[in-house]
Amino acid sequence: MSAVSTTSDLTRQTAAELASAIASREVSAVEVTRAHLDRIDAVDTDVHAFLHVSGEKALAAAAAVDESLQRGEAPASPLAGVPLALKDIVVQQGVPTTAGSKILEGWLPPYDATVTQRLVAAGIVILGKTNLDEFAMGSSTENSAYGPTRNPWDLTRIPGGSGGGSAAALAAFEAPLAIGTDTGGSIRQPASVTGTVGAKPTYGGVSRYGVIALASSLDQVGPCARTVLDTAMLHEVIAGHDPRDSTSIPQPAPKVVDAVRRGQTDGVAGMRIGIVKQLGGDGYQAGVSESFAKAVATLTAAGAEIVEVDCPHFEYGLAAYYLILPSECSSNLARFDAMRYGLRVEKRPDGTLIESAEQVMAATRGQGFGAEVKRRIMLGTYALSAGYYDAYYGSAQKVRTLIRQDFERAYEQADVLISPSSPVTAFAIGEKADDPMAMYLNDLATIPGSLAGIPAMSVPSGIASDTGLPVGLQIMGPALGELPMYRVAAAFEAAYLAEHGTLVPDLAPALEGAP
Amino acid sequence: MNDHTAATSPPVEAELIDFDEALELFDPVMGLEVHVELGTATKMFCGCPNAFGAAPNTNVCPVCLALPGAMPTVNAQAVEYATLIGLALNCEIAQLCRFSRKNYFYPDMPKNFQTSQYDEPIASNGHLDVDLGDGEIFRVEIERAHMEEDTGKSTHVGGLTGRIHGAEYSLLDYNRAGVPLVEIVTKPIVGTGKSAPVVARAYVAALRDLLLTLGVSDVRMDQGSLRCDVNLSLMRKDATEFGTRTETKNVNSLRSVERAARHEISRQAGILEAGGSIVLETRHFDEATGETGSGRPKETAEDYRYFPEPDLVPVVPDREWVETLRAGLPELPWLRRARLQQDWGFTDLEMRDLVAADGVVLVEQTVAAGATPGEARSWWNAYLGQRANERGVTLTELPITPEQVAAVSALVRDGALNAKLARQVIDGVLAGEGEPQDVIAARGLAVVSDDAALQTAVDEALAAQPAIAEKIRSGKLQAVGAVVGAVMKATRGQADAGRVRELVLSTLGVEG
Amino acid sequence: MSALQDSGSEVSIAAQQPALTRDEVAHLAHLARLQLTESELDLYREQLDVVLHSVARVSEIATADVEPTTHAVQLVNVYREDVVVPGLEHAAALAAAPATDEGRFRVPQILGEEE
Ligand SMILES: [Mg+2]
Ligand SMILES: [Zn+2]
Repeated sequence: MSAVSTTSDLTRQTAAELASAIASREVSAVEVTRAHLDRIDAVDTDVHAFLHVSGEKALAAAAAVDESLQRGEAPASPLAGVPLALKDIVVQQGVPTTAGSKILEGWLPPYDATVTQRLVAAGIVILGKTNLDEFAMGSSTENSAYGPTRNPWDLTRIPGGSGGGSAAALAAFEAPLAIGTDTGGSIRQPASVTGTVGAKPTYGGVSRYGVIALASSLDQVGPCARTVLDTAMLHEVIAGHDPRDSTSIPQPAPKVVDAVRRGQTDGVAGMRIGIVKQLGGDGYQAGVSESFAKAVATLTAAGAEIVEVDCPHFEYGLAAYYLILPSECSSNLARFDAMRYGLRVEKRPDGTLIESAEQVMAATRGQGFGAEVKRRIMLGTYALSAGYYDAYYGSAQKVRTLIRQDFERAYEQADVLISPSSPVTAFAIGEKADDPMAMYLNDLATIPGSLAGIPAMSVPSGIASDTGLPVGLQIMGPALGELPMYRVAAAFEAAYLAEHGTLVPDLAPALEGAP
Repeated sequence: MNDHTAATSPPVEAELIDFDEALELFDPVMGLEVHVELGTATKMFCGCPNAFGAAPNTNVCPVCLALPGAMPTVNAQAVEYATLIGLALNCEIAQLCRFSRKNYFYPDMPKNFQTSQYDEPIASNGHLDVDLGDGEIFRVEIERAHMEEDTGKSTHVGGLTGRIHGAEYSLLDYNRAGVPLVEIVTKPIVGTGKSAPVVARAYVAALRDLLLTLGVSDVRMDQGSLRCDVNLSLMRKDATEFGTRTETKNVNSLRSVERAARHEISRQAGILEAGGSIVLETRHFDEATGETGSGRPKETAEDYRYFPEPDLVPVVPDREWVETLRAGLPELPWLRRARLQQDWGFTDLEMRDLVAADGVVLVEQTVAAGATPGEARSWWNAYLGQRANERGVTLTELPITPEQVAAVSALVRDGALNAKLARQVIDGVLAGEGEPQDVIAARGLAVVSDDAALQTAVDEALAAQPAIAEKIRSGKLQAVGAVVGAVMKATRGQADAGRVRELVLSTLGVEG
Repeated sequence: MSALQDSGSEVSIAAQQPALTRDEVAHLAHLARLQLTESELDLYREQLDVVLHSVARVSEIATADVEPTTHAVQLVNVYREDVVVPGLEHAAALAAAPATDEGRFRVPQILGEEE
């Protein structure tokens, strides 16, 4: 990407470029922030990536960074002054946080998530909160109570989900950095269908404190950007142990930026890369399979040893996932009960007052939650019920073990595993809205990694010849194997750039009304 | 639903049957569930203060208010206390145990699930030997002790009763939400017969003493830091299966535990004798009437959907650590009492009175301060016991220390005080007049041992009563008492009566 | 598309499992405190049936000898020291409440009894 820095170009630069320009005071953080706020003004009515834009807060934060640099202080972090889009499931004190649900409309959190604290401490400028499927339940962002986000590549199509807002914000050049959360693919699948980069760290790698829980044993927060380096730089800001999250890995953030540099210089020479037999073929769009095959060729050319690995239990992953997730979310979402915060429905449609707390709870939850959320709560309530627990939740947890063991065997043969990130490219808004089963299949490739808790990321592998839309390459590392994962991602990105002269995000159409 | 619907046809109410009569026909089966609030500094899963009586909703945070995104962290001290309780109850301590979510909606529980332990309690299979008072020991088998969290407090406002029914709305205070609890559950207690209510009371009393000794809770039943649920059912003498039970909730004093069990036995016997059947339900004990009232029928539809808490990791007590805790267990109250009774040579009755008056520790400290066990016991159990009753306080609440009592005992022992004066000194200390010596000085209470002064008093007394003096001379020694009395009166009781007697006899030249 | 479909040949609980009744769905809705419309009850009865029959296949391979995985991270004994940390100011705690009274959260009358 070019390093020209006229205001109109600021939004097209990478976070790394912006950070160094700000640090060397070639450009001010305020200019950079204003450029992105202008871009949001220009295009977000079409894209609808944001649920809330914190213009003044952002400019104030940017000004603070500039002032500190003026005082000759060292930048708070390598990303100081760079704007970021925060998924609206991460709480930020005093900023509306809805999780895409009516039941939280207007709620102002009285505290900061650990991730939010780390972003602020790093001098990163939070532009606002991005759209998502309600409580992160979905693969299209159509389940948001505040309307769908549109894919900048084709405004009639979905940006993936649940983190469609964050991914679209990146693809639309509204922000160079974004935070996503990934439970079954909510970072990787949106990255895939918007031609951007997104990483799900090892479970426990990034604190979940202050991140509204969907499925606690699967949820992970992760970095999103348009390049692998930017993603790695953000990864290092948010990762690392947090005593407020009991499942947080007691280790410092992995040195993923070094891994990226290594991938850019040394490539993948001597690395063993495994192709998962079960993650491809049937159910995968032709253009996706084709792009994946090219990616494999690129990696081979870059010096990787390609092996095929067999993960026989992966085919049970989706079934296990759709038992574990609903079970946990049915319990996690019980707190939205109209007693202490959020929506309270006190009157019947006929205007009469609802007498009891119990009825108010049920009425509020019945009206405050959307269809998919209610469907999963019902499913989970059933799966946990006495008499079904062993057959459903219990069995699903055992499948999880078998899938973990599949991965362990696979990593004896390979340093990282690869697959398409999503079976299909972006589909049309409304296309799968009424067919939950078809919708669930979007996460076919990403779910096994979620169940095993391993790190996995999506990088653009090119444009599908059949739809002309971006395709994602999923790279999965072993548990705590962020370094080889990022190295391969960076090596692939470098090879792709060398081969095509430009990166996928730069191919995204300039949008109507853009300056 | 079976227990419930089945119960609706035959009578579910009837005349009570006399307790003793009831036990001619039935054997009671009890299960006791005790919830104890741990005396930690902070709550179970967050750093909020674990304190009683603070202004509403001032000890709360995102975690205990269940704000979106908040996550629990386990209080290490609470795990240690729970382990101590398990060890003191002779339980096995789990190699690995987890927290689980007990899912049900209730407004005083912010998450709408209680973080508890389900199939993996930290402690299981123990027992507690209970002294029934008459020296008889009854062994209560312990099923489990597990960690969980308390709920908030709801106040029901409006309506006639002010209680939950008929209330117009409720006010919620979450200061107590998340306070660490250990729930201790007994195995079915059988074979108690008539003494079932006594066993129930003695068990809770023993548990209270135990928890107090361990220092894990203030066990204030009046403040709810120790709460007992009494499960009770009856089976006919010839029956082979347990009957349907009722669960009487939150019985808040030792006396109530006994009365609740007593009343349920009479009530259930009455229903069963009338051909009715017992409804599986929770009942509430009414302190005023001493009766249990019908509460909520327990539907079998109740389905808590337990599953392992995914926000917390397993608890794996280190074996060495467990053994260190076991080695450091304090001497258990009843063992200690037996040892002290032995050392002090008290009778069972004396010891029981002392225990009943919570005087054991006081006597121990008084003896340590130099008094004999006999002296210490008579002061605390007799004289100070009366003073405490008059003031409506406990012995420990009296403004006098064991050291002060020991000092007074010593003065009596070496004749500086007689019994009457000693009581006046004690009264002075209780009245806040300072140390015994200060009281003696201020009130001038020293025994008069100056013979010259006494001789004058004796001569005066004899001169005043020549007839009596004559009687004594003629050998009627019982008359001496009158003279001694007069002398004591004259010296305002500050004379040593024995010495006065000697002087009277020598003055009259009579052999004593 | 095989991933979610119940492979008919193999025995799974889905095979024996009777279809959800409308009453069961209504009971689930009550347990979950979800007030549903009549049409929602019908819709979820159908959709839950489909999903449940599909996911039930997990029981095919979940044999007794397999240990369940409850956590992706294998951590144990993660504790917090018993030290007070400042919580929320009283006002902040109540700020988002739909209704308050006397410094407490005000809610409609509670019908059920405490557990
Ligand atoms: Mg309990
Ligand atoms: Zn708290």
